Amino acid sequence: MNVSTIAEFIAVLFMLIGAIMAVISAIGIIRFPDIYTRSHAGTKSSTLAVLLTLLGAFLYFVTTIGFVSVRLLLGIIFVFITSPVAGHLITRAAYRAKVKLADTTIEDELADVLNEKERSEGK
Amino acid sequence: MPAQFLTNLFIAFLWTLFQDEDYFKFTTFVTGYIVGIGIVYLMHRFFGERFYLGRFYAFLKLLLIFISELIQSSYLVLKHILSPKIRIKPGIFKYETILESDVEVTALAMLLTLTPGSVVIEVTPKGDTFYIHGMDVEESKEMLLRSLSKFEKAIMEVTR
Repeated sequence: MNVSTIAEFIAVLFMLIGAIMAVISAIGIIRFPDIYTRSHAGTKSSTLAVLLTLLGAFLYFVTTIGFVSVRLLLGIIFVFITSPVAGHLITRAAYRAKVKLADTTIEDELADVLNEKERSEGK
Repeated sequence: MPAQFLTNLFIAFLWTLFQDEDYFKFTTFVTGYIVGIGIVYLMHRFFGERFYLGRFYAFLKLLLIFISELIQSSYLVLKHILSPKIRIKPGIFKYETILESDVEVTALAMLLTLTPGSVVIEVTPKGDTFYIHGMDVEESKEMLLRSLSKFEKAIMEVTR
């Protein structure tokens, strides 16, 4: 077992973990009760999954053919930058559109603030 | 800050010239830059400001903290998904941050939203209060607050 085999093994391991996480977060999207909890599974665990997969591909190319793929690195950076914005905007829009929270929700400190604001704007 | 960087570059150039090689070698330049880092670090007090790579080091530390939080909380979320019965008590709670400038607040909101188990739903127009949706407030609120203050500290080290 030489160095490149070990590196290949690590790259494949990264991709495998990424793929498994993607599947699990897809299951999470189905199983969770409301949009807010679903966004936890949908936007973030899957971000990590994509990152791991890309990292695995990057490592594979570097170690086997010695090719440093800048595009893969850029992909990682941009996924990192854009996915939290998307997650924030989706949940924010959902809250503004008065999508109901799940029945198990135990606290909601935002409701009073927003309602008050709307009342004062309505006057 | 730029003065330190320029001094460092200058030392690197001097180093390259003193080597008296036939043509410009990038590796020699890098060696000179590394030597320059040592010299600038020893005399950064005389510039009257903090060492310019200190900020870089703080950024690296922030990145490490973020990665460890990411792994820990993803593990929690995946555990919740795979548990036979989903017993989570989500909720929205308020958090007042001590960070001030726009960059700091944006960075905190972004790091927080990237960490599974918490989404920033609203930021007040003033930018000092977050409304955070936690996936399991009852159990993990303590943990969330702890990682929040960790992030805050790390961000402040980078920007101030």
